[in-house]
Amino acid sequence: MREQLANIRAQALAAFEGAQTPAALDELRVKYLGKKGELTVVLKQMGRLSPEERPAMGQLANEVRAALESAIEEGGRRLAAAALEARLKAEAVDVTIPGRAVKLGHQHPMYVALDEIKEIFIGMGFTVLDGPEVELAELNFDRLNAEEGHPSRDWSDTFYFDEDSRVMLRSQTSPMQVRAMDSMPLPIRIIAPGRVYRKDEVDATHSPMFHQVEGMVIDKGVTMADLKGTLNTVVQKLYGEGTRTRFRPHHFPFTEPSCEMDVQCHKCGGVGCPTCKGEGWIELLGAGMIHPRVLEMAGIDPDVWSGWAFGIGLERTAMRRFKIADLRLIFENDVRFLEQF
Amino acid sequence: MNLSRKWLNEFVQVDAGDRDFAEAMTLSGSKVEGTTDLGAEISNVVVGRILSMERHPNSDHMWVCQLDVGQGEPAQIVTGAWNIHEGDLVPVALHKSTLPGGKKIEKGKLRGVLSNGMLCSLSELGLDERDFPYAVITAAALLNDYHPIDPDKPSVPADVQPGHKIYGPVLAAKVENVKSAGDGRWTCCLTYAEKDGPSGAVVTTPCQNLHAGDLVAFNTKSGTVCTLADLRAEQREFPHCIADGIFVLQENCAPGDDIKAITGLDDHVVEFEITPNRPDCLSVIGLAREAAATFDRPLALHDPVVRGGAEGVLTDLLDVETPAGDLCPRYTARMVRNVKIAPSPKWMRERLRAMGVRPINNIVDITNYVMLEYGQPMHAFDYRYVKGGKIIVRRAAEGEELTTLDGKVHKLTANHLVIADDTRAVGLAGIMGGLNSEIVSDTADVVFESANFDGTCIRKGALALGMRTEASAKFEKGLDILNTLPAVNRACELVELLGAGEVVDGVIDILNYVPQPTVLTLEPDKINALLGTDVPADEMVRILRKLDFQVEGDQVTVPSWRGDVKRMADLAEEVARFYGYNNIPTTLMVGQTTQGGYSEKQKLENKLGALCRTCGYDEIITYSFISPTAYDKIGWPADEPARKSFKILNPLGEDTSIMRTTTLPSMLEILVRNWNYRNKNVKLYELGRIYLPGGERGLANEAKVLTLGAYGDDMDFFALKGAVETVLRGIRAEDVRFETAPAGTWGSAVAPYHPGRVAAVFSGTDCLGFLGQIHPSVAKNYGVDGELYCAELSFDELMNAKGADPEYVPLPKFPAVARDIAVVCGEAVTVGELESCIRRGAKGLLKEVALFDIYRGPGIAPGKKSVAFSLVLRSDERSLTAEEADADVKSILDTLHAELGAVLR
Repeated sequence: MREQLANIRAQALAAFEGAQTPAALDELRVKYLGKKGELTVVLKQMGRLSPEERPAMGQLANEVRAALESAIEEGGRRLAAAALEARLKAEAVDVTIPGRAVKLGHQHPMYVALDEIKEIFIGMGFTVLDGPEVELAELNFDRLNAEEGHPSRDWSDTFYFDEDSRVMLRSQTSPMQVRAMDSMPLPIRIIAPGRVYRKDEVDATHSPMFHQVEGMVIDKGVTMADLKGTLNTVVQKLYGEGTRTRFRPHHFPFTEPSCEMDVQCHKCGGVGCPTCKGEGWIELLGAGMIHPRVLEMAGIDPDVWSGWAFGIGLERTAMRRFKIADLRLIFENDVRFLEQF
Repeated sequence: MNLSRKWLNEFVQVDAGDRDFAEAMTLSGSKVEGTTDLGAEISNVVVGRILSMERHPNSDHMWVCQLDVGQGEPAQIVTGAWNIHEGDLVPVALHKSTLPGGKKIEKGKLRGVLSNGMLCSLSELGLDERDFPYAVITAAALLNDYHPIDPDKPSVPADVQPGHKIYGPVLAAKVENVKSAGDGRWTCCLTYAEKDGPSGAVVTTPCQNLHAGDLVAFNTKSGTVCTLADLRAEQREFPHCIADGIFVLQENCAPGDDIKAITGLDDHVVEFEITPNRPDCLSVIGLAREAAATFDRPLALHDPVVRGGAEGVLTDLLDVETPAGDLCPRYTARMVRNVKIAPSPKWMRERLRAMGVRPINNIVDITNYVMLEYGQPMHAFDYRYVKGGKIIVRRAAEGEELTTLDGKVHKLTANHLVIADDTRAVGLAGIMGGLNSEIVSDTADVVFESANFDGTCIRKGALALGMRTEASAKFEKGLDILNTLPAVNRACELVELLGAGEVVDGVIDILNYVPQPTVLTLEPDKINALLGTDVPADEMVRILRKLDFQVEGDQVTVPSWRGDVKRMADLAEEVARFYGYNNIPTTLMVGQTTQGGYSEKQKLENKLGALCRTCGYDEIITYSFISPTAYDKIGWPADEPARKSFKILNPLGEDTSIMRTTTLPSMLEILVRNWNYRNKNVKLYELGRIYLPGGERGLANEAKVLTLGAYGDDMDFFALKGAVETVLRGIRAEDVRFETAPAGTWGSAVAPYHPGRVAAVFSGTDCLGFLGQIHPSVAKNYGVDGELYCAELSFDELMNAKGADPEYVPLPKFPAVARDIAVVCGEAVTVGELESCIRRGAKGLLKEVALFDIYRGPGIAPGKKSVAFSLVLRSDERSLTAEEADADVKSILDTLHAELGAVLR
């Protein structure tokens, strides 16, 4: 009997090892361990053994059963792992096949640039204002110290809706300065982006409609040094740390002193090249300390309050930001252009 | 404003190179746009003296010249020009020289003869006759250069001999020798044969192309050598007798001199952008003052000195009245007699040319010279035509006519200011002189006008006539009233310097407005407080004095030419300019903090953009103005009230002449542009404005509209509707419905759309806008034969429809029961009606209804359709039993049957 058990163990283990499928393994389990299985049959003969032999033989039989059961379990695990491996292999895909596209829309590059500017100013406590494009000449010119006779008021430069030149398309976002002064409590920190209109024929750098961002601060003790400091910070954020700027005198009717701010040419680094017309600098924006007369006209005492303002052309900012060569692309709205941004 | 560096140096010695000069001037406020080196393209071109000339052995028209070019050895140069003679001084482009236009000259052989360079004409040096009037060439018709048009019928026989009669008194003659007559003309000895033997003549002629041995046509009656014009000949008959040739110099120069110095091309011209507040800088003196302050160099101005002494008493000769005194604050005039009109001298012509002004004659050039130097426009009248010796500055009579110097006839109004004599206008004040009093070659007596006119009147007058001139551009900015007298004196001084005439003693000077100097208090603390600087008071005084401000204690007297300086902030700018804008520190603002951020509307704008992009729509920016024909193109009826638009009275063109009251044409235009570019599957959106009449104070009501537009394989009505639904869901709009409407309900709003594929979008009772397929005939108007889809949603309505922030709703605790139903109903019954009927019919357990199929075909009667929905039923209190769910479904089916005649399939 001992011999029988040893044989069964050896045969069964070898058979289990050779099983290739779960079904084959199950058949072998029935063959050896089932109710009529070989091991069961041997165990049924236990009754015929002497009482002295029984315990040792019983222990041996249990050992054989345990060994077979454990071998079946092991075989099952092995087969399952092989099956999984085979399945994974079968399910492998060609990862270079393109993904199913989700079409995402694109923001217009100019508004991408505008959002950047807005975020910078909002971070500095500025409110974003919106105002009318069909505007009174009074706000676009008179209240900004550009009196009757100022050349920008000419019909050759500005679009008008009436013969008296009273209602016009705003030629700058600067009337928003006046609207803010008239409607907001002091101190004021605002930016006002929007469309402006001038009588320029369309070409690579001109359009009768374009966009500006106006900015204005009015507070007690605001200085030209603050203007420089704030705009420098903005430019560094917009064009990167270390961007060099310079300020030079200019003239606007509604600021005094007035200035223009240049950034060092990105193409040549200031040496002079065709992009900067050999100057090494590129004009970026106009700014200045709010003219005391403009404050007075808004009922603000220039001896108590001071302020600065700036205006920046958005198209040019976006064109520089994205290296767009021709302004016409901005308003052409070809999706091959739009979807680059 | 152009500035000659040479001219500038007459007033202030600045040695800085072009780039340093430009940078320093720009940073002190005079923006430099660029600098031109007038002679940049010319190199290695020198003066040469012609030592000898011989005819080229292999050419019938070329000469081989030996020239002294200041290098010891003579240079041999071959030329095809015939206007030169031995002894002439000419420009020589030597071997390896350059000329304007990138031309390079090297030695070479011309028909076998070595030429070490080239002799230059005026044009080859980039000059013309206005620069050197004496260089005009008159060519004689040389019979030895005659090439008949028809070889069979020559006008002059090929073997023509001296004495041969050409026509009438004109016969062929041989040039024996040629000598300079010294005044630019030539004396030549001619011989010819007559019946009774050899004859000859000595004539003086302006023709420069004569040389010994030439055959010319000689008019024995007038004693002149004939030109091509005299013979009525065509140029091609005498191909080498041309009015072009070598520039024969009549200058004080020697062989070897650099031609650039001789012709004034050694100057550098700086182009400034002068801001309108600084008309004083539209002059050499004004810029010299800025340059002197910028470079800290002394400014050497000059007081004109006039000898005078011409015959006559000014007040007897001339009387000036200014009835329109309000428009003519000052009128200053002087007279010059016995004028000799001639070209002005080279130095003056060079300076005018460098500044971009064409030299004309000495008197006109003087007025231009003074205008450039002083910034004061001047005018010169021919005294002969100032009838009655009277000058009247008055408003024009309505309809009065005047022909200006440019030959144009103008009909004037009372808004124009004219300079008139007793009988008629002789000039448009401050704009342009009249043709009737123009300086001409025989002008003898001249009146110089140096006046100050009202800027607005001149600007409007010039604008109305469409003739903005150099003078009017200056006047309109407001000129220094004190400048008229020095300017007129300078003009008279120049007359005497040029020997152009005799100046009458005295000045007529009418001052209708006595200017008071502006006196300001210097407040260094306030200036520093505005600038954020710490500039010492004495430094401020030093800066102001450099600019000719008078400073006494704390009182600052503003110079008369600085009308722009009116208050403290203006003084602060002067200080800042010369302290240096870039020396002002950079600080960050202190003071009360303000809270920045977006308004609710701006947040919604941002959100709508993000939602559209999520749906795959690209953002576009379109023009706010459209063509009036756009309303026709989108199919609006002629009487549509929304056609009433803001109309631009001075548009760039008809296409951009009205402010849109609908965004649809803009969107369609961009869709169609992409269509024409063959871009596939295009989806676009714009959040743009429309401009409706009726806003406050005569302005527009500028409403914003979210416009979607799309076409492509993946587009149909429901793709567009899906995007609109997504946007509305994204802003949590509630009770969103899409409705069709019987024809005419919505008027023209839906006219641009396919009548069977358009819907109005509602949130509750508010209509947000419309969406649908563009009407095929509208698409056709835009040249598209495919399906275009658009949606227009009012931003204000979207703002209203925007739902509240979400509040948490507990997740369902009990399972739901799903039931699918399919009902058969008439074709006319809409899915929307079925759906709301299902909702009405449910008894409180229905949570969701979703359409999943519409079927027509076998099994369904014609005119009917089967519509299938999935229903989700759930209770929040307990798990539903099948009976409870069935009861609800039964109620739904009963309601469908009762209300819409729909029966379970």
